[in-house]
Amino acid sequence: MKNKIVIENLSLQYSDGNESLRDISIDIPANAISVLFGPAGGGKSSLLRCLNRLNDLTDVESISGKVILDGEDILDPKVNVIELRRKVGMVFARPVVLPFSIRGNITYGLELAGVKQKSPLDEAVERSLKMSALWDEVKDRLEEPAIALSGGQQQRLCLARVLANQPEIILMDEPTSGLDPLSTAKVEEALQVLKKDYTIVLVPHSVQQAARTADYAAFFLQGELVEWAVDKEIFTNPKDQRTEDYITGRFG
Amino acid sequence: MRKAFEKEIQHLKDEILLLGGMVEKAILGSVDALKKRDIEASQAIFDNDDNINAKRYAIEEQVMVAIATQQPLAHDLRLLASLLEVAGELERMGDYAKGIARISLLMGDEPVLKPLIDIPRMARKGSDMLHRALEAFMNEDTETARLIPNEDDEIDGLYDQIYRELMMFIIQDARVIERANWLLWVAHNLERVADRVTNICERTIFITTGSIKDIKSSHDTETPSN
Repeated sequence: MKNKIVIENLSLQYSDGNESLRDISIDIPANAISVLFGPAGGGKSSLLRCLNRLNDLTDVESISGKVILDGEDILDPKVNVIELRRKVGMVFARPVVLPFSIRGNITYGLELAGVKQKSPLDEAVERSLKMSALWDEVKDRLEEPAIALSGGQQQRLCLARVLANQPEIILMDEPTSGLDPLSTAKVEEALQVLKKDYTIVLVPHSVQQAARTADYAAFFLQGELVEWAVDKEIFTNPKDQRTEDYITGRFG
Repeated sequence: MRKAFEKEIQHLKDEILLLGGMVEKAILGSVDALKKRDIEASQAIFDNDDNINAKRYAIEEQVMVAIATQQPLAHDLRLLASLLEVAGELERMGDYAKGIARISLLMGDEPVLKPLIDIPRMARKGSDMLHRALEAFMNEDTETARLIPNEDDEIDGLYDQIYRELMMFIIQDARVIERANWLLWVAHNLERVADRVTNICERTIFITTGSIKDIKSSHDTETPSN
């Protein structure tokens, strides 16, 4: 197991005084799906946002510790955040499609990055739509407005948009919370294929999704990492009573 | 949500207890009918196995509905998986009782080879172990669940005793082979009941600890039981 991200003693406090993360240390392995789950306010989204410095945009009072990606501490102010976010893509709970065509949604980021020729753009469109399991459904209508796609298709388009930039890490914050079971299954199946080439960190919208998708799972409660486990053991035989109580619906 | 689920789990546990009661009754009844040469009672026990099987499948279905609708995890998941397993074990024990009833029916008018003393003792011991094992299962009492399998030695001792005694009969008079063999089958079926009690105890420990271990290696030789 190769670790892609090493988090060391990460603590984060928001300016309203709320402590969101408390001394988190965790190694996130490459080519696997690591799931961060727990009740709301537990710190999982805060942690996710630390991994591509999206927290720079929120009211963070203080942050300490290290987030080491490929040997470099990405919390260092000298880090090129644009470059970091290209390397660490993110898919959010609600799909936000750009007011362009399906194709335009995918090529937008690449064009911004200076890719102008048609053939590499076409290649990126096809490759990323195939990886996000959307190609077969849209290949004959790439020029249609993306907004016409269903919710599940829009979410997979957002995933394709991230993939087009060829990131190394994909962060997903409840990516299927608004999707029906069939669309959810498609996204989850796509993740199982993608993990062979990417490091995926997922905040699931339910414990069941956590159990289905996790290669590694971390349970967060009130800013604390309660339990971190390989494989599905945390769902069949959790070690900490608080994990047990949460996943069996006794609180949360 | 949690309350409804807990009620459902309690209901399923009660169903298992009910099935256990049916099986205990069948085991004791099959040996009693054999002893008294009560063909009618043997036939009733033989026929009643269908009800035991039906109960097992009904429990299985209810457990699967609970899994599908509640998507249980951790302790809940281990408990539901164990309910499936225990329902299966009980049904197989019912088959052993049915097997004993079948032997009694096969014997027809023939008298038993010898007065039955150790066989009813084995049946009482086995059904008593089953009763307490199910109680421990209901209460998730791992301590008791760990102790009950030790009592299997007593059952094995009785079985060996019966075996030796029947061999003596055969050596003395080869014409009794068939009648001796019938009783040996009966004893073997009862010996298997106790082995399956051990499996129930293992499940009780699994529910609380999450680890499944062979408490004790048991005799794995199967006899035709039905």
